[in-house]
Amino acid sequence: MPDCTLLSPPFNRVQSISRRRFPGKVRLASGQQRGENRTRSGLVPVRIFPLIMKTKSAATARYDISCSPPVDQVGIAERAQRFTTRSIKTGAKREGLLKVLNMIDLTTLEGADTPNKVRQLCYKAEHLHDAIPGLPTTAAVCVYPPFVKVARQALGSASPVKIASVATSFPSGQGHLDHKLEETQRAVGDGADEIDMVISRGKFLAGDYNYVFDEIAQIKEACGKARLKVILETGELGTLDNVRRASDIAIHAGADFIKTSTGKISSAATIPVTLVMLLAIRDYHFQTGKMVGMKPAGGISKAKLALHYLVMVKETVGPEWLTNQWFRFGASSLANDVLMQVAKLEDGLYQAPQYFSKD
Amino acid sequence: MERLEVLKTYKLYIGGQFPRTESGRYYTPAGADGKPLGNICQASRKDFRNAVVAARSALGGWAVRAAFNRSQILYRIGEMLEGRSAQFADELIKQGSTPAKAKKEVAEAVDRCIYYAGWCDKYQQVFSSVNPVASCHFNFSVYEPVGVVAAIAPEENPLLALLETILPVIAGGNTVVILGAEKSPLSSITLAEVLATSDLPGGVVNILTGIREELLPFMVNHKDVNAFVASDLSNDDWKTAKEEAVHNLKRIIRRKDVISGPESPYPILETQEVKTTWHPIESSIAGGSKY
Repeated sequence: MPDCTLLSPPFNRVQSISRRRFPGKVRLASGQQRGENRTRSGLVPVRIFPLIMKTKSAATARYDISCSPPVDQVGIAERAQRFTTRSIKTGAKREGLLKVLNMIDLTTLEGADTPNKVRQLCYKAEHLHDAIPGLPTTAAVCVYPPFVKVARQALGSASPVKIASVATSFPSGQGHLDHKLEETQRAVGDGADEIDMVISRGKFLAGDYNYVFDEIAQIKEACGKARLKVILETGELGTLDNVRRASDIAIHAGADFIKTSTGKISSAATIPVTLVMLLAIRDYHFQTGKMVGMKPAGGISKAKLALHYLVMVKETVGPEWLTNQWFRFGASSLANDVLMQVAKLEDGLYQAPQYFSKD
Repeated sequence: MERLEVLKTYKLYIGGQFPRTESGRYYTPAGADGKPLGNICQASRKDFRNAVVAARSALGGWAVRAAFNRSQILYRIGEMLEGRSAQFADELIKQGSTPAKAKKEVAEAVDRCIYYAGWCDKYQQVFSSVNPVASCHFNFSVYEPVGVVAAIAPEENPLLALLETILPVIAGGNTVVILGAEKSPLSSITLAEVLATSDLPGGVVNILTGIREELLPFMVNHKDVNAFVASDLSNDDWKTAKEEAVHNLKRIIRRKDVISGPESPYPILETQEVKTTWHPIESSIAGGSKY
């Protein structure tokens, strides 16, 4: 099998891939618009306009999206459905719930955020519910860049709770590249351990995949030691095929995590979308042996749903991903629902939200 | 050839929907003639939990609704009940009542709706008070709903007693999860069908059917339930109720006059909380003002 992960111009392997998967039938890779010609034999012509063009920034190698396999929507929906039918009880449930707590990026991304709200969030991240001893901390807190310093002060340097900061003109991603780079560098300089960037969906949808790739690669460089999470905002990508392509681009451009959504639009993380992204991670792992993290964000507010996600992770990419090093939930209200379930396991009583701190 | 009768499955009423019990269980109580009444859902504690979630989310909209509008909706329940009185009477007879008693019970049930509809926008004026205090304050006490109420309907008079338990609770702006009579459950689910078509927002009244012994402990120890209402529990059950209620200090209310009592607004007050406000004012005679 030809290596399709990294391509240098002008060697394009669209042709061979297409012919092997669909013998005797033309499959035009999307993005392959210019220079395409069907011949009578049904083969893609030999000369294909190279998808990869030289630019200054990343002249060496970029990802060719025609290497992303098509997504079987019906198959994904059916598989996603089956994750939600598992029954997880007692001991396994408790383990799962504690794991979920430890995988949460406790998030506040509001216009109304204040330093004190961020401090309170940091406290909550370390003290989820002191009435129950032995609970883990959350994985991280996730804040806007101006609050990274506040969060670092609140958590100190020895805390197990990481600080994640959104950057790159969150949530729209419509900003100039130099601003995005500066924003990233400042956040890292202020003490962020992780950067959650958004991709330029506008560029992606306009077909400028190279721009998207280069941007991610440059932000990754600007991150230095901080880990980079790349938000695809799947709700704006339209199709699962696009989700797969964007995932592949992000992974190949150097993302440490790929993340579904900003949480700012109504269609956020869903099981099918997360499954498609996990499959991209798995394929990359098969090809290169490298692990990439996954973070569904937005719309996961119930403990039961979170447990379904854990089932999906285990059965799609494997149990090695079941730590907060490789899997996260981006959520603000999930933690309290999980805490209510843990408390229910502790004392056998159905709980009420008012006994758990809001932030 | 003799026709096989189709036995109706009576489903639960939760959040304005008619789901089957998540447990998949059902029971078939026998009617007065020895024939089964129907396939009745045997609700589980998880159904109760789901109903509490529905009741809690409906509370915000119902409690702040204009009292006059609540009144209109209760009246509408009465109207819808009147229209289906023949069906209710028929079901009461199946469950062991006599035709004359059944007819009377349905009529009284309709009247009870109209009666409590009238009180919706009056009980606060009548029972709230301005209190005398010895300082420059305007001090007043008003009634407010306690929140989500769990209730168990009496076994006798399954329609009238059910309504007499529900109506004062919702008239006062609470939402309710009620377990219908175990042995004569038809009236409770047919009432749910009436409620679903009478402008009552989904989740304000949730009706379960099932085994009282099984559900009672969860109804009284759920921490998101603010009060518990019942009338014909055994002494042991009352003891359980009081013990289990301590987890969130929920109010345990023992209704004594559900079946034979006269019409009265006082049951409304049992699921109300009195809130007292001290409002500072510039001067008062009590505070030493000369004018």
